[in-house]
Amino acid sequence: MTIRQLISRLSLDVLAEGASYDAPLRGCYIGDLLSRVISRSVQGGLWITIMNNLNVAAVAVLADIPCVLLAEGVEAPDELREKCAEEGVFLLGSGRSAYELAAAFAQSQS
Amino acid sequence: MKLYYDFHMHSCLSLCAEDDMTPANIAGMASLAGLDAFALSDHQTAKNCPACAFHAAQHGLLFLPAMELCTREEVHVLCLFAELRHALAFTEYVGQRLLITPPARKRVLWRQTIMDENDEPVGEEPLWLGSPADIGIYDTAALVREAGGLAIPAHLDRPSSSIIANLGLYDPAMGFSVCELTAGCDQERFVSEHPELRGMRFIRGGDAHDLASIPDRQWTIDVAERTPQAVLCALSGRG
Repeated sequence: MTIRQLISRLSLDVLAEGASYDAPLRGCYIGDLLSRVISRSVQGGLWITIMNNLNVAAVAVLADIPCVLLAEGVEAPDELREKCAEEGVFLLGSGRSAYELAAAFAQSQS
Repeated sequence: MKLYYDFHMHSCLSLCAEDDMTPANIAGMASLAGLDAFALSDHQTAKNCPACAFHAAQHGLLFLPAMELCTREEVHVLCLFAELRHALAFTEYVGQRLLITPPARKRVLWRQTIMDENDEPVGEEPLWLGSPADIGIYDTAALVREAGGLAIPAHLDRPSSSIIANLGLYDPAMGFSVCELTAGCDQERFVSEHPELRGMRFIRGGDAHDLASIPDRQWTIDVAERTPQAVLCALSGRG
């Protein structure tokens, strides 16, 4: 599934535009502790989290994650949106829980 | 005697702070704000504290070297010291325990500028200070005490990077004697919502990341004498 398809199928808000809407997502990781995300996330995959500090952009870049999805309606501070846009990382948002989002992601892949 | 204080602010060595948060500008702004005592508390480092101590002295301000530690649980804890050498030794200790080491090719992505007494850049921090350290929150109070400082859980009422946000509640076994609240926190209400905090001592912190956010003087502590040691004693409730 591409990022464009993800946004459309899960009705996500685009909080910052990344490098390419047509990049394929190669899996998914859910987590909030940044050190775990660095070591466990999927390269080229989707990262679902409720963390919204500036380090989220940094960690996405460090872990080669093209697309971050903020769950549970967590708001994105302007500085995070700007940093994600600058680094070419998609920042998406949804009011749904991480579980619901991951389940919908898995279902719409099949 | 009473001292107007703010022990929580960030310089250009922190990823999230503005470039004009240089040690000289911070000391100048602290003076303009009417503070008597302040600390520089960058994430995971005290390396801009020597320059800031110099400029604080130029303005006749009491300066405490400090850092804002990010623990294994990604909880922020202010670590205040009375002596620069203790803050710098603790910086080394923390630097060896950072959990995230970016590959060299990605190090150019963020600026973390170390400044000298002339307010000139002398280098970039090679470690990535956005990383948490492999230090547990239950070990922090004793560890910082042994290092010659005082650990104060930061912005306890903030919905991110605080003990309450990340761990759900304060456990007295964590052993802190004083905690920091944000400027706008309703302390009475906050403590009533977190009864485990009854009897805790509190300070406030501005957490400024830009010069305009260094708050005008509004918070005081009562100290026996005008020294960093006396400030640590007063904050920890020992005098």
